[in-house]
Formats: sequence, C-alpha cells, structure tokens
Amino acid sequence: MASASAKKIRPKYLSLPAILFEIRLPVPGWVSILHRISGAWLFFPFAAWLLYLLDKSLQSEQGFQYVKTQYLALPVVKLCLLVFIWSFSHHFCAGIRYLLLDIDRGVDLKTARVTSWIVIVAGLALTAFFGARLW
Amino acid sequence: MKRLVVGAHYGLRDWLAQRITAAIMAAYTLILAGVLLNKAPITYSVWKDLFAQGWMRVATLLFAASLAWHAWVGVRDILMDYIKPDGLRLTMQVGTLLLLAVYVGWTVQILWR
Repeated sequence: MASASAKKIRPKYLSLPAILFEIRLPVPGWVSILHRISGAWLFFPFAAWLLYLLDKSLQSEQGFQYVKTQYLALPVVKLCLLVFIWSFSHHFCAGIRYLLLDIDRGVDLKTARVTSWIVIVAGLALTAFFGARLW
Repeated sequence: MKRLVVGAHYGLRDWLAQRITAAIMAAYTLILAGVLLNKAPITYSVWKDLFAQGWMRVATLLFAASLAWHAWVGVRDILMDYIKPDGLRLTMQVGTLLLLAVYVGWTVQILWR
C-alpha cells in the first residue's frame, strides 16, 4: 500500500512556478538556475546586441564615437550593459565551477556550498568592477 | 553481461563539446579583457587596429563558432525542459539554429569587411 508521502504531488518539471513557489532551492541550486537564466539571456538578446555594437563601432570613426559617447551614455543602455556584465560574469564563474565538478573537484556538500557562494559573490564583484570602469 | 546501448547517443559528444567550447571562450575572454585593460583608454584607432590583426580575427571567429555550438547545446536543453508541445519546440529549435547561423555570418561580415 502506498504511503501518504508517496501520494504528495511533486513538481514534475522545473517550471517557473515550481522554482518560485514549490521548491526551496539550496545555494548550489540558485547558482544552477542563475547559470541557466544568464545563459539564455546571453544567447538572446545579448549576443545580438554585442554584435550590433561591434559592427557599429568598427564601421567608422563616427560609429565608434556614437557608440562610446552617445549610445553607451544613455542610462537605460548602461543598465542593460550592467545586466549583460552580470550575466557574463555569473555564467563564466558558475561554468568554471561546473568544469571543476566534472573532474570531481569540490563535490562534497560543504565545499559545494562554499564554492556556490564564491560564484555568486564573484559574479557580483566582477559586475561592480567592470561597471565602475565603464561608468 | 552485455548491454545493448540504445538511443541516439549524441549525449556525450554534446556534453564534451559544450565544455571544450566553454574553455575556448573562457580563454578568449581572459585574453581580450587583459588586452583591453592594458590598452585603456580605448580609442577608435586602438579598437580598429586590434580587430585588424589576423590572430584577433581568427580568435574572434573561433569564439563565435564556439558560442554557436555551446549555445545550441544549452538552449536545446532549456527548450527540452520547458517547451512541451512538440511542434512549438521544434519550431523554436529551428529558430535557435537559424539565429546562431546569423550570429556567425554577421561575425564574419564584421571581421572581414
């Protein structure tokens, strides 16, 4: 006979409502879902946006000056740039953590939690560093 | 016991490709960040000369190709997890491939203008 716990309805997929309301994520879980979200954003729209900026800035002197002094000076554009920098930084740091996990480094629970915090903090610190330089 | 392996078994290849392309992009990022921080402030002539060099063009194209393969594996995983109707998922997968092809084509166009 099935026990009561077996009948409990569990989220079947990692749907957004499941992530927000049903699953209480531990820190490595947050690193994981943020890795996924940042990766999706980098694919679109950020990759396209960066290609547009590269295209414009390499086209001509005027294009470069427009991007540097006008376009990137807009507050909303700067905000987008910050989101991009965070996405890239987090994806980069979390990715290195996964490469290490793949070769069995830092797999035990305690280390995994510590490295998760390092990834989250490093992502924000890199965003602050490059954000400050670009301002 | 002899096990019969079934399925398309492209999993390992894609998993490995995603990691190799990640390492390539990470190396490119560190080199580019180092060059840019070193050459700051970036003027048009610094920017133009950087991308005029042969090694930089090839490295950037390698980055774009790596990104396309890496993102294909990642985005396909996301679509397989969240998009349940087969027709919609297939459409979005084709759209992803087309967009990545556009990215690579655009990169070539920018670099060898």
